[in-house]
Amino acid sequence: MSDKVVAELQEPTPAVGDGGPDMIQLLTPEGQRVSHPDYDKYVADLTPEDLRSFYRDLVLIRRLDAEGYALQRQGELGLWPSLLGQEAAQVGSGRALRPHDFVFPTYREHGVGFVRGMDPQSSLQLFRGVSQGGWDPQENNFHLYTIVIGAQALHATGYAMGVRMDGNVGTGDPDRDTAVICYFGDGASSQGDVNEAFVYAASFDAPVVFFCQNNQWAISEPVEKQTRIPLFQRARGFGFPGVRVDGNDILATYAVTQHCLDEARNGNGPLLIEAYTYRMGAHTTADDPTKYRVSAEVEEWKFRDPILRLKTLLAHEGMADEAFFTQIDEEADQFAAELREGCVTMATMPGETMWDHVYAEDHPVMEAERAAYLAYKASFEEAN
Amino acid sequence: MAGQQLEKVTLGKSITNGLRKAMEADPKVVLIGEDIGKLGGVFRITEGLQKDFGEDRVIDSPLAESGIVGTAVGMALRGYRPVCEIQFDGFVYPAFDQIVSQVAKMHARALGAVKIPMVIRIPFGGGIGSPEHHSESPEAYFAHTAGLRVVACSNPEDAHWMIQQAVACDDPVIFFEPKRRYHDRAEYDTAASSSPRGLFEANVIRQGTDVTLVGYGPVVKTMLESAAAAEAEGTSIEVIDLRSLSPLPIDTIVASVRKTGRLVVVHEASSFLGMASEISAQVTEQCFYELEAPVIRVGGANIPYPPSRMEEEFLPDLDRILDGVDRALAY
Repeated sequence: MSDKVVAELQEPTPAVGDGGPDMIQLLTPEGQRVSHPDYDKYVADLTPEDLRSFYRDLVLIRRLDAEGYALQRQGELGLWPSLLGQEAAQVGSGRALRPHDFVFPTYREHGVGFVRGMDPQSSLQLFRGVSQGGWDPQENNFHLYTIVIGAQALHATGYAMGVRMDGNVGTGDPDRDTAVICYFGDGASSQGDVNEAFVYAASFDAPVVFFCQNNQWAISEPVEKQTRIPLFQRARGFGFPGVRVDGNDILATYAVTQHCLDEARNGNGPLLIEAYTYRMGAHTTADDPTKYRVSAEVEEWKFRDPILRLKTLLAHEGMADEAFFTQIDEEADQFAAELREGCVTMATMPGETMWDHVYAEDHPVMEAERAAYLAYKASFEEAN
Repeated sequence: MAGQQLEKVTLGKSITNGLRKAMEADPKVVLIGEDIGKLGGVFRITEGLQKDFGEDRVIDSPLAESGIVGTAVGMALRGYRPVCEIQFDGFVYPAFDQIVSQVAKMHARALGAVKIPMVIRIPFGGGIGSPEHHSESPEAYFAHTAGLRVVACSNPEDAHWMIQQAVACDDPVIFFEPKRRYHDRAEYDTAASSSPRGLFEANVIRQGTDVTLVGYGPVVKTMLESAAAAEAEGTSIEVIDLRSLSPLPIDTIVASVRKTGRLVVVHEASSFLGMASEISAQVTEQCFYELEAPVIRVGGANIPYPPSRMEEEFLPDLDRILDGVDRALAY
């Protein structure tokens, strides 16, 4: 290896810390709007009303998350994977999508689902145990949650290959050109499926944007366990662009995602976005992060809170007043009450429906087992 | 019959022709796999198809099996009907998660809102003198997985029809091809307008009264040879080509066992927890009083597939099948 290459490898952008000089930021943790030559144009048209609606989304999905956590602690959900701290990454990227774009989430993208128009109850049903998914992905172009880490990266890539085969890339018609966005985390970047997805997407010029929320932790393992170099730099090795954005900055996330989606729609996909953020809570309600990370780190990230910095901007620029913030808080209370009510009254399907959708076409074993189950149940009624 | 066209075609070419018809019938049918384009696949099953249907419909994939199946899931979600080629049986395992956790469960997880009409073609079985991982019989893994359908063809005419039926099926179908029979030829009407039977039906291919033999894929031919040899010795054997491993066409087997009272199940896969074990259990439950003997399994040994110089000792051949028949008749 040449000395130059060795020097490059020894001096990478920091994998941890403040995100380093390559990180795109439009809104500082202090709520200061900063300029960026490439990305300002994507937020130039945002009106105060748009920014207020961003704020509303952030507050509501943080509330959705808080309720999910509480419902689990109260025994109403079996498990809850928290998005706390990742609200801007999810709302910023989700709001950059067009209706006909298609989303492949992990199991933590409650915020993306929310801005796609999903019924907020949808994300609860898997964790309440009333279904293993339970929604029609075509309704909001939001695929089912995927729990096997990284498996959805291949689905997104294949879907995007289909979009290209349909001719819905690079036509210049905004109603036709379509992008696919695939969410995953820093841990998933080690998965074979994610790496295979990078290879396939590159090989077939697939119009897919890989959106990696680097929340620094894969359950108990820090991101350094997954990678020596910043994750966005991985893209280069696969032959496509990668960019790191401040995932706690909704403006930057929105701008960078818009840019990348446009590139994908224009036929310049795939692309990788690393949204640099932090998992403020536990991996899920079954996890105990005090066993593996220091509270000082969490305290430091509190200063980079995604909601607070937008609130500061809105207040400082006179785009929202105290009445607005109070109104959003009240809406969140109402939202939470409805969410809780919907959760605890969520119907459990009768047992005989377990066989209903295993196959799309008639299947003799399904029919025989269902009939045997019903006869078995009926035998108790006869006995009474 | 008008339009009849009797032709002598190999099993491999029958699959090629079936794929061609499926692609002509539905523009959403796409093929994806390693080396399936210009080369036509290592067994030449897709030979000529890329030239005729283009690179978008006959896709040479990067060398990654999970990628083949995983991207095919995405294509299916986009409205395509992908047909994946796995180059050899032993290479399907990198795609195992995609098949059992994604392909098999997607329809159910969406409560029926999406379908995964996908075929995964896998050349399987031994007898071709290859190094390790090229001669395996992994069918039981997939038959054990709810949400998948699993079939195996044994002869050219079935191969011609079964591949078309598998492509037309709205559920994912694992399609096993008996690679050592790819070059077997048979004459059939290639212009017939419909299949003689459904994809998930077994076929009684020889009538008999003393013992029932059941198998699928490459051993079907061996079973027929065994039955012919047994006849010379005065034993009448009924032979069933199972064809469908999941759903299991158990009724056909049960009807035969009720007649013969004896059952021998044959496959190349290791006998421990193989298809024969399930068939044995179900037949015992349904035919307890009709059985004259325990159900006999004639399968591969419970070892990793052996080096090819020893495979003749591993594979069920005519003598081992007849030994199984003798064991059934000994009761």
